[in-house]
Amino acid sequence: MTTEEIQKSVLRLLGTVAPEADLSSIKPNIPFRDQLDLDSMDFLNFVIAMHKEFKVEIPEADYARVATLNGCSAYIESHLPTSAR
Amino acid sequence: MAQFLMPHLGADMTEGKLLVWRKKPGDHVTRGEIIADVETDKADIEVEVFTSGVIEKFLVEPGTQVPVGTPLAIIRTEGEPALKAEPPAQPGPALPGPAVVISKPPVAAPAPTVTPASATGAAPAPVDSHRLHISPVARKLAAEVGIDPTSITPSGPGGRITREDVERASKAKAAAASLPPRLTVVSAPTAAPPPSVTPTAVAAPKAAAGDRAARMRQTIAAAMARSKREIPHYYLSTTIDMKSALDWLAQENLKRPVEARILYGVLLVKAVALALREIPELNAVWEGTMPVTKPEIHVGVAVSLRGGGLVAPAIHNTDKKSLGELMKDFRDLVQRTRAGTLRSSEISDPTITVTSLGEEGVEGVFGIIYPPQVALVGFGKVQQRPWVVDGGGLAVRPLIHATLSGDHRVTDGHRGGLFLNAVERWLQQPEKL
Repeated sequence: MTTEEIQKSVLRLLGTVAPEADLSSIKPNIPFRDQLDLDSMDFLNFVIAMHKEFKVEIPEADYARVATLNGCSAYIESHLPTSAR
Repeated sequence: MAQFLMPHLGADMTEGKLLVWRKKPGDHVTRGEIIADVETDKADIEVEVFTSGVIEKFLVEPGTQVPVGTPLAIIRTEGEPALKAEPPAQPGPALPGPAVVISKPPVAAPAPTVTPASATGAAPAPVDSHRLHISPVARKLAAEVGIDPTSITPSGPGGRITREDVERASKAKAAAASLPPRLTVVSAPTAAPPPSVTPTAVAAPKAAAGDRAARMRQTIAAAMARSKREIPHYYLSTTIDMKSALDWLAQENLKRPVEARILYGVLLVKAVALALREIPELNAVWEGTMPVTKPEIHVGVAVSLRGGGLVAPAIHNTDKKSLGELMKDFRDLVQRTRAGTLRSSEISDPTITVTSLGEEGVEGVFGIIYPPQVALVGFGKVQQRPWVVDGGGLAVRPLIHATLSGDHRVTDGHRGGLFLNAVERWLQQPEKL
């Protein structure tokens, strides 16, 4: 998957967690939670959705690394199963 | 026969709008089954039935706004004979005590009628008023407003009629009396078969989001103003070292699949529930002139809504569930709260409320008690701060500020302090939560 494809998928997943959010204005280097009305339950649901989508398990210790759009794509790219790259 | 009433879903609810029937007359229903959807000012609620039996008759049609306590349907309980078929309308002089039928908004289906229970002949059997389980205040109020106590559906423990029950009955009576412009006098009940309503055929339009938000603000305002007016609050706070709890949780979550991970807020809720076992007078509701301690612990968790406002539905039997079960229930509750698919018991059953504003960056929460509850527990954010640890040294620890808002009519600071102390103690032994 390309970075662009991953980011597109990430935004789609974010849209399922926060359906009211305006995802077109997401700034890629600003934490989602600073831009959207997300709480810890939303973020957990987002992590679960990413796990299902990319088959990548994100431990709690790594939550800070997937807090932004660019962070998400970098993390997913580096942890994607070989068969999915 | 049993009456299925417009439920009372919290102190801020005085009326509700029936949105849809999920059953039809003749259907068998089981206690706890959802049979209708009701729109309140705060949310659309799935309403459960508290009697098993067969739906004999609908009294209110979808789209109708009625006061809390208004009979919505008649349910024939197990073993009871069906109501006798009503005679067909006869021309001639009007019958004494004519039935009243509320005119209906246009709907695609044959329009059912809304008939006060007294006109159906299905009112509860007379009860010896001297054996009524009714508080003196409620009895006096009933006499003042001219309501026969035997006609009031009790909501108190052991079937006790409370002051609130009388107030609801009074409002229902007043509302019925204020309907003349919409009433049509009919000569007699008809023998027409019950309307064959299907949920999709008779679903009423829901409130627009803007209207709902404005009404929610109004109802929250009314409930909070009532709370501050009637409840003498006292406030206590303490700072809790969360290191043990968070360290344990981090290890626990490593063992769990991602979808079963637990949020630390669930530990707070469970600690509150277990502390309530030790100080049960905080797990109570105020009824009439006295508090009634509840045997079950149903912690209400404050959930903020996307468009503003909040709802605090109950996690039933909070103290008896494992952390995994609580997390599962909490997750489900948050999703359904925001989707507008809560159940009536989840709204009406909380015995205390827990609210956390830590994610908003708040250090301490001094909340307003949600009547008829008698306590509210608030948590702020977890902050890394210097803390004197065992042995007298300083260490940086994750600290959280816990507060108790208590009803001084029910408890004093001494018991409230013991409660907060118990919450802290439970959080120091997370493996036992």
